[in-house]
Amino acid sequence: MSVAHTGGACAVCYRAVARDRIPSMNVVVCVKQIPDPADPGSLDPQTKTLKRDGKLILDESDSYGVEMALQLVDTAGGGEVTLVSMAPNNEVSGLRTALAMGAAKAVLVSDDALAGTDALGTAKVLAKAIERAGDADLILAATESSDGYTGTVPEQIAELLNLPSVTFAKEIAIDGSTAKIQRQTEAGYDDVESPLPALVSVTAGVVEPRYPSFKGIMAAKSKPVDEVTLGDLGIDAGSVGWAGGGQEIVEVTAAEEREAGTIVEDDGEGFNKIVDYLAELKVI
Amino acid sequence: MAISKIWVYAEAADGEVSNTTLELLAKARDLADTVEVVTASSDDITASVGAHGATKVLTVPGTDGKLVGPPVAAAIAAAVEAGSGPDAILIATSYDGRDVAGRLSVKLDAPVITNVVDLVERDGALAGVEPVFGGSTNVITKFTADKVNIFLVRPKSFAAEESGGGAAGAEELSVPDLGATGAPSITNRFVEEQSGPSLDDAAVVVAGGRGLGEKDNFELVESLSKLLSAAPGASRAIVDAGWVPYSYQVGQTGKVVKPTVYIAAGISGATQHLVGMKGSKNIIAINKDPEAPIFSIADLGIVGDVHKVMPKLIEALQSR
Repeated sequence: MSVAHTGGACAVCYRAVARDRIPSMNVVVCVKQIPDPADPGSLDPQTKTLKRDGKLILDESDSYGVEMALQLVDTAGGGEVTLVSMAPNNEVSGLRTALAMGAAKAVLVSDDALAGTDALGTAKVLAKAIERAGDADLILAATESSDGYTGTVPEQIAELLNLPSVTFAKEIAIDGSTAKIQRQTEAGYDDVESPLPALVSVTAGVVEPRYPSFKGIMAAKSKPVDEVTLGDLGIDAGSVGWAGGGQEIVEVTAAEEREAGTIVEDDGEGFNKIVDYLAELKVI
Repeated sequence: MAISKIWVYAEAADGEVSNTTLELLAKARDLADTVEVVTASSDDITASVGAHGATKVLTVPGTDGKLVGPPVAAAIAAAVEAGSGPDAILIATSYDGRDVAGRLSVKLDAPVITNVVDLVERDGALAGVEPVFGGSTNVITKFTADKVNIFLVRPKSFAAEESGGGAAGAEELSVPDLGATGAPSITNRFVEEQSGPSLDDAAVVVAGGRGLGEKDNFELVESLSKLLSAAPGASRAIVDAGWVPYSYQVGQTGKVVKPTVYIAAGISGATQHLVGMKGSKNIIAINKDPEAPIFSIADLGIVGDVHKVMPKLIEALQSR
């Protein structure tokens, strides 16, 4: 090693490297559009799956991934956020919300044959959509959706794309071509390092999703949404939907009801009812 | 497909097998003649899982400092390919369990039946029982393809029970090349300080929700928990809002708890929350909205302001 490469001279090397590097980060975020959770859900009596008619909104769980992606692109100083989503009926209202937050574009897979698609089928479709979205440095997803909550899709996508993955991320920092992640564990969290590209699933509440500005909402209307069918992605319709599922609902039953007990209006002494009850249960 | 061999994915920490693993072993014994466990743990768990009915421990080697999803899934898939796999595999809905199930599902091109709280037989096949809509409805699902049945089972679905069996045998599974998927490494482990009992084991759980109004008021939950030697918990709403960490969350997402007493303070009882705590023996709810769904399952409900009821309750307990 020459003297020129030690001490202060290294800073020169570093600057040279930094100048050559194009600071850019492309992030793909998997988002789901779901029925408004404020509406009580119901099962379709014929198909025994969740009814998904009516207007769909952006799953709140996904707003954290979108926010995190926007922040990472900001920090990198370049690049863009692309959304991928799947919906049976060309629904885009949830996507527009994420585009209004600042995502640049979206790939939406819509096809009648998608009805009844399970988690594995969803992962197959999203994996192809991610490939179509272009070269991604990082793919983000929520740990699970608010309406289906199987919680397996992110890991299935990673396996299909042969990518490393880190699930249940509380924090993500990018250092060159490495993602440094805090991963939730039973006892606390682990620091995990993964080379990029990688897939990371993020837990809710880790960042504060921004509210779309008026300007953002207006701009979102003209942002490109690439609407594709299964055929466009080269997916055989028989491998997804009802036929591709490999599982069958054999019975839907009412669960055992839990009886309501004593409900009293607090008259200022309501706490005493709790004290008495705890004493009766021998907890105190 | 008849079920003769079931594998249980076993998790262990500091030499102790997780409770959920033992719960799964109890159910697996009911369903199959042969029960074996697969584990990434390098601890010797042959005695403890043997006492719960497993006859063999299949260890996936070389996972120290690594995420276990890719190597465990690859090792199981290789065993299945070689013809030595099980008919069904039971995996707990844990952080690592879901990674294993997701990766394995793709490797075997087989679906996963998730959120399972019970396993039953239907037409000679195994079927999973999954609660939906806050546990008011059960959906029973079976597999249609002749593939390994992968079930993700929620903790506390079954009671752990010793079988009186001797130590299990030990074998190593071989792990194929993982390529890029095996690259992530764990550089540090942080254990969060925990003063009281854990949500899993506590006899009493005090949980707070949006009705607390603001983050600082979670202190009411913490104070009451201390007085009752309870574990503090939270609804998804306030975890999402960043008031408390995800590890506090009780519900469909988060922990399933079944304490003797569950006190819900300012929690309305969204379906997502009810699934996680409905199994509690006694439920006490404090909420200002008389229409809140939590009251439909509460043994004792106080319709009132948590900001008034909780401080008085805390004071009354302090003076006892």
